[in-house]
Amino acid sequence: MSVLVYTESDQGVFKKTAFEVASYAKAVADQLGTTVTAITLNSEDATQLENYGVNKILKVTDSALESFNAKIYASVIHQAAEKEGAKVVVVSSSVNSKYLAPLLAINLKAGYATNVLEAPSSTSPFVVKRTAFTNKAFEMFQINTDIKLLGISKNSFGIIENKTTCTSEEFSATIPDSGIQVDSVDKASDKVTIADAEIVVSAGRGLKGPENWGMIEELADVLGAATACSKPVSDLGWRPHSEHVGQTGKPVASNLYIAVGISGAIQHLAGINGSKVKVVINTDDEAPFFKAADYGIVGDAFTVVPELIEKLKVFKAQQ
Amino acid sequence: MKILVCISHVPDTTSKINFTDDSSKFDTNGVQFVINPNDEFGLTRAMWFKEKQAAQVTVVNVGGPETEPTLRKALAIGADAAIRVNVPATDGFSVAKQLAKVVEDGGYDLIIAGRESIDYNGGMVPGMVAALTNSNFVNNCIGLEVDGTTAKVSREIDGGKELVSASLPLIIGGQKGLVEESDLRIPNMRGIMMARKKPLTVLEPIDVNPETASVKFEKPAPKGAVKLVSSDNLDELISLLHNEAKVI
Repeated sequence: MSVLVYTESDQGVFKKTAFEVASYAKAVADQLGTTVTAITLNSEDATQLENYGVNKILKVTDSALESFNAKIYASVIHQAAEKEGAKVVVVSSSVNSKYLAPLLAINLKAGYATNVLEAPSSTSPFVVKRTAFTNKAFEMFQINTDIKLLGISKNSFGIIENKTTCTSEEFSATIPDSGIQVDSVDKASDKVTIADAEIVVSAGRGLKGPENWGMIEELADVLGAATACSKPVSDLGWRPHSEHVGQTGKPVASNLYIAVGISGAIQHLAGINGSKVKVVINTDDEAPFFKAADYGIVGDAFTVVPELIEKLKVFKAQQ
Repeated sequence: MKILVCISHVPDTTSKINFTDDSSKFDTNGVQFVINPNDEFGLTRAMWFKEKQAAQVTVVNVGGPETEPTLRKALAIGADAAIRVNVPATDGFSVAKQLAKVVEDGGYDLIIAGRESIDYNGGMVPGMVAALTNSNFVNNCIGLEVDGTTAKVSREIDGGKELVSASLPLIIGGQKGLVEESDLRIPNMRGIMMARKKPLTVLEPIDVNPETASVKFEKPAPKGAVKLVSSDNLDELISLLHNEAKVI
């Protein structure tokens, strides 16, 4: 009855969240007095997992898994869970993991908790802390089924190194009919995505027009950050919808969130509250964002941002 | 084409969130309820199918009588009929089981739900309904066309989007992009009058054991005051981010 963790990769390389969910699985396994088994789908080098407390790796390599399909992936993870007799299954909060997990929950007859923040506060009954009301509250959430499925909120538990002896074996799973065919994928490969970014630089209507986004992109570039925007900006068509963060947009759980010219409507704050450190730059010292931020600068973005870029370049060069 | 739109009855996006009964329940006192925004994008897309492809649109909610004004609003926006499954929504799994029964009995071609509700943020109901009814499922849907028995769906992925095809019956988890914010409709007086005459069927629930339960809620600790840095002293900001916050 090990803990099974799905360690997600992209083009054969582990995503950073894979190490976080493995670290989480290790903590749960310690609480239950059992071991961690990881399942990897078409990953090239699975041995890195031994650094995060994984005892056993089930490696699945199959051309049918080359492009993501929720139903097929859920079925393969289900088969691995059955083989291991897993009582707890751990996945990430990536778009793809959130897509496959409800299917997996039904397959496993498992109660499913999403947006989990911490290791279980108790394992009998099984209770975890999760976010609810779009970061406006925490919920202590009890799972009553024999098998538990946990989706871990990104950047909440952290990556914990824990060197273990790890064995690896090939696992061949039955591939079901998918029902869904991928016709095309449109993905910018050179840009940091909001989902993966450690730092997000976001701007709002205070920038006055789409032509002024050059400095936001440059600031993001210097910091190795992803760019984002507020809802009015995406509604006005200044920036693509994929950049909209907030309650109805993408959630942000970065280490650092820099908001330029965003007043901080409650819906925006809810979506970005998962970020650890928030910096706000705004001309209006009454902007509600100042109440939610850690650091603030009252000033004009058009002078502050270019100066900040220059100073950060100097800082980066010294590092 | 028969479309079912799943409607979650949620606190308005600007609501103050408080809890009652020893922090075990959401305090509905003074809270305005609305159609879950992710569901409203789907409902509006369904109106497009009604107008362009003569689709019949039914809306459904799992909840007590207090959710009926939200269903009436969906009727006023243009849905043809409404169903309420008469049981409080306890957990994602039990809601999915009730909806799966409605889906199976109704013979719908397309089931549109929001990717998640903005209250409990479970994000599991659409996928669970798909698994329970063995239907195709696409989540994070930002575009949807139907031609005969095939749907072309655009799905948001990390860092981009993906186009997929699937045959009906299909369940989608929708979000903004399905339609634009500016396409959302406010019910007019005629719609509100007509909504009163449209059928709202109350179904008794099937027996389901919930798999999960809320034990207690907490609100985040009040935030410390913001540290203001002078705009003439950006070196200090960089130093704070590097040495104190350790994020750069």
